[in-house]
Amino acid sequence: MQSLTNRSKVVVKKEMSFAEKLYLPAVAKGMMITMSHLFKKKVTINYPEVERPRAEVYRGQHVLKRDENGAERCTACGLCAVACPAEAITMEAAERKKGEEGLYREEKYAAVYEINMLRCIFCGLCEEACPKEAIFLTDRIVPTEFERDDFVYGKDKLVEPTKKDERINIGPRQTQTTIDFKKNPEYAHNLLWDPNKKIGPKKGH
Amino acid sequence: MPKVTIDGHEIEVPKGTTILQAARMIGPEVAPPAMCYYTKLKTSGGYCRTCIVKVTKGSAQNPNPMPKPVASCRTEVMDGMEVVNFTSPEVLEARKGVVEFLLINHPLDCPVCDQAGECHLQDLGYEHGAAKTRYDFERRTFEKIDIGDKIQLHMTRCILCYRCVKTADQITDGRVHGVINRGDVAEISTYIENAIDNDFSGNVIDVCPVGALTDKTFRFKSRVWFTKPVDAHRHCDKCSGKVRLWFKGSEVLRVTARKDQWGEVEDWICNTCRFDKKQLSDWTVEGPSRIDRHSVISQGHYELAKLKLDTGKKLKELHGGK
Repeated sequence: MQSLTNRSKVVVKKEMSFAEKLYLPAVAKGMMITMSHLFKKKVTINYPEVERPRAEVYRGQHVLKRDENGAERCTACGLCAVACPAEAITMEAAERKKGEEGLYREEKYAAVYEINMLRCIFCGLCEEACPKEAIFLTDRIVPTEFERDDFVYGKDKLVEPTKKDERINIGPRQTQTTIDFKKNPEYAHNLLWDPNKKIGPKKGH
Repeated sequence: MPKVTIDGHEIEVPKGTTILQAARMIGPEVAPPAMCYYTKLKTSGGYCRTCIVKVTKGSAQNPNPMPKPVASCRTEVMDGMEVVNFTSPEVLEARKGVVEFLLINHPLDCPVCDQAGECHLQDLGYEHGAAKTRYDFERRTFEKIDIGDKIQLHMTRCILCYRCVKTADQITDGRVHGVINRGDVAEISTYIENAIDNDFSGNVIDVCPVGALTDKTFRFKSRVWFTKPVDAHRHCDKCSGKVRLWFKGSEVLRVTARKDQWGEVEDWICNTCRFDKKQLSDWTVEGPSRIDRHSVISQGHYELAKLKLDTGKKLKELHGGK
């Protein structure tokens, strides 16, 4: 049939000449290409010893933040789960008891909070939906696993450590607009990072 | 029969109809929102001022406009009356002020509150309110109070609409709670926390437009939009037995009365149906409840769309073609 674009290449089966039948020039030509690549700059890196630089706003593994007193910020409001297009997030709420004020910021907290990392598409809508500044995506990469169950991350993997120096700084993720917005004294209680401190992934390559 | 024009829609209504009722007869596109008025409760309305409208022409005999916006739930229509609601920037501005007042002492703890998702104050604030508050002072706070073992009162969230008081007065016999104190310090109280112990006391949960009165058996169980409402009935010798079940999976998390287009209860239900019958086997399921598509509860998309066409049609008839 007549092609519509004229871009198709017509294949011709023509008899090879004697020189072509030897294949040697073609082999030499191929080797030249291979050899030339030995002296070119390598395009691969030795991951995980070396990591490629990632953008500060890279959307990787989630973190559930604690507030300045070490109490979990998440109040299990379910807005992340309803915003999630992949339905990766599930949670169960529980009521804070007397004496647990240091553990949980609000009177309701997430007793179970699970993200299925196989379902997650790392779109960051949960982060946008969160009214409590509790969930953030970070520049950490979700490691590979052998079992599917291991990809369902519970609170043990999601909640950041209590110790101040082990906390995960999500400051560099914040755009200037967000920072300016949070500087408004009305939202001061939500400012939970140091906007001047910079962290990022290991720079390599 | 008086003829009234609301936002350009003319309607003839029986004598004694209020502007709000006439507007509701025309439809939701002109009906003003209402926080305290409740069709089924006598003498309700007139407290919250959410439903204010402007009367641009008093009546055919006296065409003068009314000097100030009026509460449409308490103002009867006159023949030839002309009313503006959503078409008047003045009314919208005034309503915005009313919402601001209602929210002055409201804690805005929606992420915690069980009412979120079906809260009238949330809808009102979203549709008619300002984006932020100008209020600088400390909000008044109260401790949570248990009214009996099934109902919890968060006085902090209350907007003093008096609906629950009137429900207890008119539906149950022997009301034991009411509003004490006046003005800024007014609060709903059972006075020394007397338990409301009555077969129909649970209805105060349904009439509460905010999360002030909530079902303790449903407390923090799930957000409403993760539960699936299903209409069901059972034979009950105390009430009509027509309820709405809220499922999560195959578990009935709570039972409420059915609510109509205006968020008002269709039939009062008794406490046995509400609190004690939480097995699927207790109920005859009629089908999924019709949820407004603008409601967050419809996010599950489980309703009419997934049913076969003829089932959908039957359901539509059942729900009056809404």
